[in-house]
Order: sequence, then structure tokens, then C-alpha cells
Amino acid sequence: MASNSSGSDSSDRQRIAQQRLSVIAGHLQRPVEGNSGILAAECKAQGDKLDVSSERRTVPRRRQEIMKWNGWGYSDSKFLYNKKGQAEFTGKRYRLSGMIIPGLREWMESTFSANLQHKTPAAPILNSSAVQPPTLNEAFLKELKSTGIPFSHDAEDRVFRSHGHCLHEIFALREGKIGRVPDLVVWPNCHNDVVKIVELACKHNVCLIPYGGGTSVSSALECPPEETRSIVSLDTSQMNRILWIDEKNLTAHVEAGIVGQDLERLLNESGYCTGHEPDSMEFSSLGGWVATRASGMKKNIYGNIEDLVVHIKMVTPRGVIEKSCQGPRMSTGPDVHHFIMGSEGTLGVVTEVTMKIRPMPEYQKYGSVVFPNFEMGVACLREVARQRCAPASIRLMDNEQFKFGHALKPQVSSIFTSFLDGLKKFYITKFKGFDPNRLCVATLLFEGDREKVLQHEKQVYDIAAKFGGLAAGEDNGQRGYMLTFVIAYLRDLGMDYYVIGESFETSMPWDRVLDICRNVKARIVRECKDKGVQFPPLSTCRVTQTYDAGACVYFYFAFNYRGLSDPVHVYEQVEHAAREEILANGGSLSHHHGVGKLRKEWMRESISSVGMGMLKSVKDYVDPNNIFGNRNLL
Amino acid sequence: MRYEVLFEDPMLKKRDDFEDMLEERRNSSDLRYALKCYTPVLYKGLTPCKVSELKQMVLQSDQLGYVITQVSKEKGVTSDEVTGEAAAILEEMAQRLQLSTVRFFAFTLSKVFKTLFRSICINEEGLQRLQQAIHNHPVVLLPSHRSYMDFLLMSYILYTYDLALPVIAAGMDFMGMKVVGEMLRMSGAFFIRRSFGGDKLYWAVFSEYVKIMLKNGYAPVEFFLEGTRSRTAKSLTPKLGLLNIVMDPFLKGEVFDISLVPVSISYERTLEEALYARELLGVPKPKESTSGLFKARKILSEDYGSIHVYFGQPVSVRSLAESRVNRSQFNLIPRHIPTRPSEEILSFVNDSAYRLVRAQEENMVLKPWVLLAFVLLQKQAAEEKQGTALDELTEQAVWLRDLSRQYGAFLHWPDHIPPSEVVSSSLSLHRGLVRISEGRVQLALEQETRGAITPEEELLNKAVVILSCASYRNQALNVFIRPALLASAIHTAASNRKRKTEIYNSFSFLRNMFSNEFILCPGATVQDFEEACYLLVKTGTLQINQQEVLITERGHRTLAFLTSVLDPFLQGYQVVCRFLCEQDGLTEKQFIPAVRKFIIKHLLTGRLRYTEVLSSDLQKNALAALIRLGAVQKIKGYGTLKLNKVMLNSLEDTLGKK
Repeated sequence: MASNSSGSDSSDRQRIAQQRLSVIAGHLQRPVEGNSGILAAECKAQGDKLDVSSERRTVPRRRQEIMKWNGWGYSDSKFLYNKKGQAEFTGKRYRLSGMIIPGLREWMESTFSANLQHKTPAAPILNSSAVQPPTLNEAFLKELKSTGIPFSHDAEDRVFRSHGHCLHEIFALREGKIGRVPDLVVWPNCHNDVVKIVELACKHNVCLIPYGGGTSVSSALECPPEETRSIVSLDTSQMNRILWIDEKNLTAHVEAGIVGQDLERLLNESGYCTGHEPDSMEFSSLGGWVATRASGMKKNIYGNIEDLVVHIKMVTPRGVIEKSCQGPRMSTGPDVHHFIMGSEGTLGVVTEVTMKIRPMPEYQKYGSVVFPNFEMGVACLREVARQRCAPASIRLMDNEQFKFGHALKPQVSSIFTSFLDGLKKFYITKFKGFDPNRLCVATLLFEGDREKVLQHEKQVYDIAAKFGGLAAGEDNGQRGYMLTFVIAYLRDLGMDYYVIGESFETSMPWDRVLDICRNVKARIVRECKDKGVQFPPLSTCRVTQTYDAGACVYFYFAFNYRGLSDPVHVYEQVEHAAREEILANGGSLSHHHGVGKLRKEWMRESISSVGMGMLKSVKDYVDPNNIFGNRNLL
Repeated sequence: MRYEVLFEDPMLKKRDDFEDMLEERRNSSDLRYALKCYTPVLYKGLTPCKVSELKQMVLQSDQLGYVITQVSKEKGVTSDEVTGEAAAILEEMAQRLQLSTVRFFAFTLSKVFKTLFRSICINEEGLQRLQQAIHNHPVVLLPSHRSYMDFLLMSYILYTYDLALPVIAAGMDFMGMKVVGEMLRMSGAFFIRRSFGGDKLYWAVFSEYVKIMLKNGYAPVEFFLEGTRSRTAKSLTPKLGLLNIVMDPFLKGEVFDISLVPVSISYERTLEEALYARELLGVPKPKESTSGLFKARKILSEDYGSIHVYFGQPVSVRSLAESRVNRSQFNLIPRHIPTRPSEEILSFVNDSAYRLVRAQEENMVLKPWVLLAFVLLQKQAAEEKQGTALDELTEQAVWLRDLSRQYGAFLHWPDHIPPSEVVSSSLSLHRGLVRISEGRVQLALEQETRGAITPEEELLNKAVVILSCASYRNQALNVFIRPALLASAIHTAASNRKRKTEIYNSFSFLRNMFSNEFILCPGATVQDFEEACYLLVKTGTLQINQQEVLITERGHRTLAFLTSVLDPFLQGYQVVCRFLCEQDGLTEKQFIPAVRKFIIKHLLTGRLRYTEVLSSDLQKNALAALIRLGAVQKIKGYGTLKLNKVMLNSLEDTLGKK
């Protein structure tokens, strides 16, 4: 992975060697900080260690071989409390892997009143008999067989593709409850395979649900219970090749089933990157990004998916839609790409995408700034946006999340480090007078050539200083980004101990950021109380993206559900209320998660009746028989 | 029973107990009390700031900045000049809350209160709720307004119980009193001009000032929903301006919630009793001046009984607005640009205001004297010259006590004392208004007079006593008003078969007619009707089946009483209609003096029964109602009234039948 130490001219072999070294180093100690640069992008899981050949991909057809069937991520990576009662992260993939996290237990106990004695273990294995037998369309199946495209109606394969990662979906799986699942899974290998499958589906009136990385958090992958036709899950994971790279135009033509980490790794081998790094990039796919209008952490440099895409090929029941050229901008009526982006699998399957690529950055540097309170932090982000000098990523965590991040500090081996930590804390709280219960932290990631990064860094820190911000080191910044990749694993740990939670996001104009953060957090607390939650919930937020005219905010919300008879229902009521609060205060329905089925009810008020009509008429033309029948969005 | 779906039984209302806060003052040092350690609980989201910083925040706010630019463009002056103007307005307006001044008041008021009042009773549970509310959200205190004393009393209580001191919206008229005005400013009052109709800049400074204090949790904001002191002791139709302002930060998402706390202050004897009566009769109110206040020193030698202050349940603006207001209507315009509130918002604020005034009314403590005032006034109108025997008065008061309790009145009748003693001690406290001779009681209408006086002067002297007395009766009108409207409606339906629909129509007419006179929530006719029916059925006065209403044997007495409650008002409105029918041209200014003259004439010739129709409050309300109903039209600009005689005639007839 992109561990950019000193030179920019290191060869692929050197880089790979270094990568392996750092993985090993990661197990033993913190990576050694180079004299000129810091090892960056260590947050994501490392690819399989044997996987040095570009032909081996992360996602096998049988996902369950390496991934959990009822939780987040890789089977070998999870948080647990060991025999001594200490939290520990297993596996070897992540920087945190194999480490003891001493503060986590106390944080969990004090934040949620959780107790290690009160466990709620998940059902260990999938009980195939709980899965309803497949409704197969024999005629479709017969013709499908003749095409030679691989398929399966094995229960495990079907269940794996029946859900995303909403709380209610995972909760049900943990309890061994299985609802409507696809009747068949197919694995097309290329664009033409998809064309054949869609033709057959139309011919035999079969419902198709495209499946990419399975990281949806909008109930988009749920099979509509009212669907009576045979449901076929179209898994794009085997369409994962980079078909060509055009260095003159800096574009790459890629099959849409490729997952983020493979795309970046393969491009890195040629010295390029897309720079598109959504938090789910380990597992989410290019096609999924297009279908949901995804946003990446480093969009300030590289742009969101709509800025990155040059050309899209999509197979619909009406045929294939694509543009005739790859001009960088066109005035040819409304951009048809915008019917595709955000269509959430209701119009067809995205098969191939031409994306912009960039040379890999020479230098990366993390950073962090502590502010006396959240208000000052937001004011600083606003100023950074006004001056259009946002680093690759800039995120502002509120006080609760700052504490959370702190609780995830791995055990420090040297007394000297812990002494230094103590000294830092003393300086900030006592000497600078920051209230530890109000201060908050912004995490930064700079990228580019070394000179400019350092210059840029200074500019940002100077602005921060005007808002009372104190530079708080690279380590804090890096840990902030690490949180992004492990937080989904943490939810599984919480669920082992009566704690359920989730995140949701929105975007809003600058002048409403503080109001929405305050009101939504307060609404969550109040709703929990009203709905009979026995313990105060964790209700926290962070500003994750800045724009010229506004920002994106992420809320995290979790509570201890002991004493509740239907915790998921309570959870959903609270989330619903929180969304109402967001909308009432001028926030959007979604910044990048999409609408799916979870947020459908607010679509009309979000885009007006005429807007709904426009979208409906597109759907009616492209897919009159509702072959792509996941019933998202509309 | 279907009634219960619409409202809760007033009998089931739970209210807190009272504690006398003066008791401790009588037993310990006032000086030590005034210098005590004062550490109130503050709003959890408070950003502490000084008085001067507050002004800066207002002047630098986007809201004000926008209006300043607008005004400077309109008037063609520099924005610096307009900013200077704004700063001057703010200077004139702003409070300068200072703990030392509050301590001074705490000391002096302790002395004053102890001489004037027997006790000041507070529901301490209400104060605990208030403290919680102050901690959680910005708070707006909404006391009833019956006396100048109200806001000093409020701050005094809050200081005593270690609660955050409020900033108080006060009328500019106080500013006339130089020293006192400044003292009040330093105890938290900020001053608003009585009218600033089209003055954009004034409005912007004012509303921004209030909002900033509220949003930042600087202090609870206190103002009087009724806008001014009620001279009649009836609640006044709420004014919406300030309520609109304080709800705005919630509606626009600037705070999570706001707590509105209705406070009911009831005086056993109002300091301004006779002053108000004179004012209602046309003796203009003396302009507030410091020396005038000191003349009031003779007041200090009298006994004013007790005060009851009830801090009501905090009302969350958020829950009021839930499923009523679509807050996303503010999403598309920057929030600092002033916009006229939508119909939806206006009607929401209006309904909320009525709810709050009713909450004030419901927790207003009523003393036995209030019930005696009912009896004495009714006897007086019935021209029982010799007065009422004490035991008859007691019997009637006890009957009324039981009735009012059934209707949910918050009556403070000491049940452990024999009723006759309760009655006589009430009478003795109000000895200025009653005369007792040979065991018979009546209103003290025949005052000793120096020299000869005209019949007109004699009438006005009588009227002072009657209106004073009426101001006590009025305190309980809200308890009886709905049943009284129903009783009058039934009374009209003369035949034996009283059809429910007919009665409803008649009820609805009366309710509509009197909605400027009493607090009747707009649009709640059905609910009020059901409530009245429920009460009269529950107390065994009526039986109601599908179509008909039957009066029970024992119901007649109640009905007779209830009808007589409304009678003076019916007669008053009727005579106003009559008067207007006989006019040709009339301006709004001439109305009160002319109608007064007309009424005096009729009273002297004995054609009118109720002296209290001389109240200018009633006359103004009647005119407002007639304008609302379209019988009278105001011609803008000239101040003349255009009269619809056909309609006036028919209204007079209809009222006459009741």
C-alpha cells in the first residue's frame, strides 16, 4: 500500500518490500518514523500477504471464506475482551491488529454503562434450514446454464447477498433471523456476461438486484418482501480488471466490480491512484460508488465520484447506455451520467467506468489541531474552506469523539511515550486552559509534493491558530483516520455487550452546521429517554468534508439496550427522529450514503413532486417491467 | 365518555403546595439575606458574557447588519450613521443587571413586603422545575400582570431562591422616573417603546437584543404576555410580538428548545385597586413619576393580605410546535434576513399565547373574597337595598365554593375554619368596599361626602366601589365563563324542549361575541361547548341526550347563577350597540367619552341595571368585537367609524333576548 517514505522514485519492488516490512513492523512496534516522512495510509487493512501478484484479488466468489457472514469485515479481524478483560484487536491486517487497547473497556463501561458480565453473543453459524428454499425460474435457469456464467443457489451465498450493514440487518443475522433472500446468485465475468443476464432476466421476467461490495447502509440490498418473482443477485465482484490505463489523458478504464483497495493497489503498481477513498474502500466497489454518488475522504484534491468519472457504461433492460466520446465536459443536454449516478441499482448495472487517475503523491503528512471547543473548530474549518486551502482531508471531531479516539490508543510500550502523553495533556488542559470536556480535535491529511505540503501545512496551522487551535501532532491525526476503518468492527464488539449503534450523515450550508450538530445530538438523547432507553446514549458527530457553500457531518449514535424488549425498533425510531430533525434544520437527506429504502419516505419533500415525476419517468422508460426491482429511491 | 377525549377533567388537576417565603424574612436578618452568597444554576450551554459584550454582539449581528444596510440605502445616509442610530436605540433599551442593585432591592423590598403583606406564598416545587428548566434550555418567564409590583416581586423571589435573575421587558413609561428607571435597569429591566410600528431599525435592534440574550442563555427573559397591567383582573388578550421573537430561535433551529414558564401572581388585595377603577371610569392614569410613587406611601400603612405566586409547568416550544409547524420552511432563505412570519407561524404563535394565558389563569389562586364579590355584586344589581344577612351570605359563599371547586377553581378556602369566620375575615380585609350594619352586608356605595355633589358625581363614586369589587369577581370569571355561556344559551332557548343544535348555535354566537372580553382560544368552539356540557352534566345541572338538553330539578339555581354571571356583559354590549345605532358620525377617539356619557344618562334614569357597564374596558372590548364582526368599520387614516346600522340593530336584538 501507499507507504510513501522519502523518495518519490522508489521502484515498485522497493515499495512492495517496504510494505511487507511495515506490516511485520506493525505487529512488533509502531512504524519507525522516517526522517523525512511518515508512513501514511497505514489505516486500512493490508492485502493478503501472499497477494503480491496483481492477478489475485481481495474478493473471492465465496465471500464467506474470508469475511464474516454476520458482522463487519474480515473473519480474522475483530475486537474482543481477552481472558484478562483487556480489549484486543485480532488478526494481522491492520495497524491495530494484535494490540491491546487498555482504555477501551473503561470507555465502554463508562459511556454505555456496559458490563462484561452481560454478553449477547451472536449465533455462531448460519443455520441453512432457516433460509427459505429458492424460488427458481426454471426457464431462466436453463438458459443461464447454457451461457456458462457461474451461479449458485447455495443458502450461504444467497444470505450473504441479502443485506447491507444497517443495524437492523446485522442484528437480525446475529439472532439467526433470515428474511427474504435472493433465490440465485450469478457472477458475470465481463460486460457481455451482464448483457446476457439482463436480456434473460427481461425475457423471463426475473428480478435483478445488482450487488457490488455489500457495504450499503440504506437497506438498498434488502429484497423487497412483496416481490413474488424469482430474485437474482448479480454479484459484480469478478468483474475486477483494469482494462487499460491512458497515461496521456490520465484516465483508466476499469470494470465496475473492482473494490477500492484493489483499484488503488493495482494503480499504485503503475505509479498512479484515483485518490477516491471512501471509508468503506476496503470492500465497496466502483459500481457501487457510481450508483450511490459516493464521496471520498480526499475529495478536496481528487473530487467526489461525479468529478472523477469520465465515462460510464451501464446495461439496462432497454440496452446499453454510454456516451460516444470521452470529452472532459459536454453541453449535450442534461448529463445522462447524472441519471446513472445515484440510481441505486434501479435502472441497470454499471459495468465499466473510465476514471481520472493521478500520479501517486510524492509525500503525505498527517496532522491534528486541538481547539478549545467545537464552535471554534467549525469556525476554523469554515475559514479554511473560504480560503479554499483545505488539505486532502480535514475532519473535526467533537468532544465525545475525541474521547472515543483517545480510548482507542493502543498500549504504549515505553514509559517515555506515556510520560510525553501526560505532558501534552498537562500543557493543553492546565497551561492553555482547555476544558477537557469541551475541547475537540481536527485531523488533517496533506498530500502532494513535499515543498508544497509543508507550505500548505503552515497556512492551515496559521488559520487554526486564529481560532485558538493548537497543533497536536501527527500521531493524533493518524489515529483519527484509523478510527474510520475500525469503527465498523467496534460496532460488532458493542453488539456482543448489549450496545447497538450506527452512523448517519448529512450535508448543510455553513451557517447551519453548529445548529444541526447541536439539535440532532440533543434530539437523539431526548428520543432515547422518551423511548425508554435506560442509559444515556452516545450521541456524537464530526464534520468530515468541507465545501465552498457548506459541509458534510457524520453522526454516531449508540446505546446500551438492556431492559428493552425491541431494541432495534427503538433504534429505528430514534434514527427516524434524528433524520426529521436534520431535515427540519436545513440538512440534506443524504450526502453520500444514498436513499435506498431506509430514507425513501422523505424523497418527495426533498426533491419536490415534479422532481419525483422526472425520476419516475426515467425509470418507466428505462425499465418498464421493473426488472431492476430493488425498489430503492422512488 | 367522549368529552374526556378533548380535555382533562379540571377536578383532577394536581397542584403543588405553597410555602410562605416571608416567614423566614421575619425571623432572620434582612441585611444578611441581602448580602447572602448568590450562586444560581445557569444554562448548561451558557457562554458567559458581560453587558457591554452583549451590546457588541447585537450591533455586529448579521441580522442587524442586514437591516442597517437596507435602511441606509432607503434613507440615503451612510451605514455608519445608521449604526450610530442603532447603538443609541440599544443604549436607551439595554438593561445593566447588577447584583449590588438586586441586593439593595432585596433589602428594601423585604422591609416593604413585610409591612404590606401577611405572606408571600410560593409553590417551591415549581421553583425546582424552573431551576431544572433553566439548566436545560433558554427560559422565558411569563408572569400574569396585575400590578406594578409584579416584576420586582418576580426578581425578588428568584433572588431569594437562588435562581438566575431574569431580564425583563418593560414599557418605556417607567423611564420617566429618572432614578427609579435607572434602578430598574440595574435590576434587569430593559425598556421598549410602546409603539414603533414601522420603525424597521428599532424592531431589528429590539428583536436581536432579546434573541441574543435568550439564545446565549445570558438570563431568563421575562415579559408580560398581556402587554400591560390588567385593570379589571381579567386576563387580557395576549400580545404576540415578543412571543413571536422568543419562539423564533427555536423555529429557526438556533436552539434545541425553549421553555416557556407561565407564572400566576394573585394578590388578595391589589395595591392599585381604586386607581384602576378610576382609570376605567375615565380619570386618566397619572403619568408614572418618582414623586407619585412616593405619595403612594400611605399605602404602606394598610393590610394587603397575602400574595400567591404559582410557577407553572414549563411548556416546551418544541412540543408546542411538534406536528404543527413545518420548520423546514426556513431552509431556503438565509436566516438573518428578516421575513414576515407566515400565516402558519402566526396562528401557531397565537394559539400558543392563548394556551399560556389559560395556563396562567388556571393556576391563579382565588381567595374566598372573590366568591363574596360575586354574591355582593349580584345582590347589588338586584337592588336589595338592605343588604344581605351574614348567614345568608355565608350560605351562598359556601354553595359557590363547592360549585367553583367542581369547575376546577384553584380556591384557597381554609377548610379547617368555620365558614362564617372565613367570610368575616375576608370582609374585614376589604372593609373599604363593604358596609356591615346590624348583621347585614352590602357594598359601601354611600360614601361620606363633603358638600353637595351632582347625581353624576355620586354615580361615579358608586361606580368606583362597584368596579373595584368587580375586579375581584373577575378573577374567577375564567372558571365560570364556559358554563356561563352555555347557561345563557340555554336561557334563550325559551321552550321546554331545548334542542342541542339550537343551543350550540346560540353558544357559538355568544362565544364569538365575547371573545375580546374573555380568554377563549380561537377555533376551539366545539371543545369549549363540550367542556361546558361536561361540567354541567357532571355537577347534575343538566342531562343531555342525543338531541335534547334537560334542566334537572336542582339545576335551576346553578343556571340562574351562571346566567347572572354573563348578564352585565350582555347588557354592556347591548347598550354599546344601542349607542352606536343612534350615532351619525363618530371617530374612534370620541367613542369612549360619548358612550360613557350615553351610559351615565341611562343609568341615572334607571334604564340600565349594571353600573359596571361604565367600565371603559368593556366598552373598548365591545367596539373591538363589533369591528371584528364587521358591524363597525374603521376608516383608515381618518380614525372615523363607519357603522352598519342594520347589523348593529340586529346584534342588539339578539343580545337583548339572552
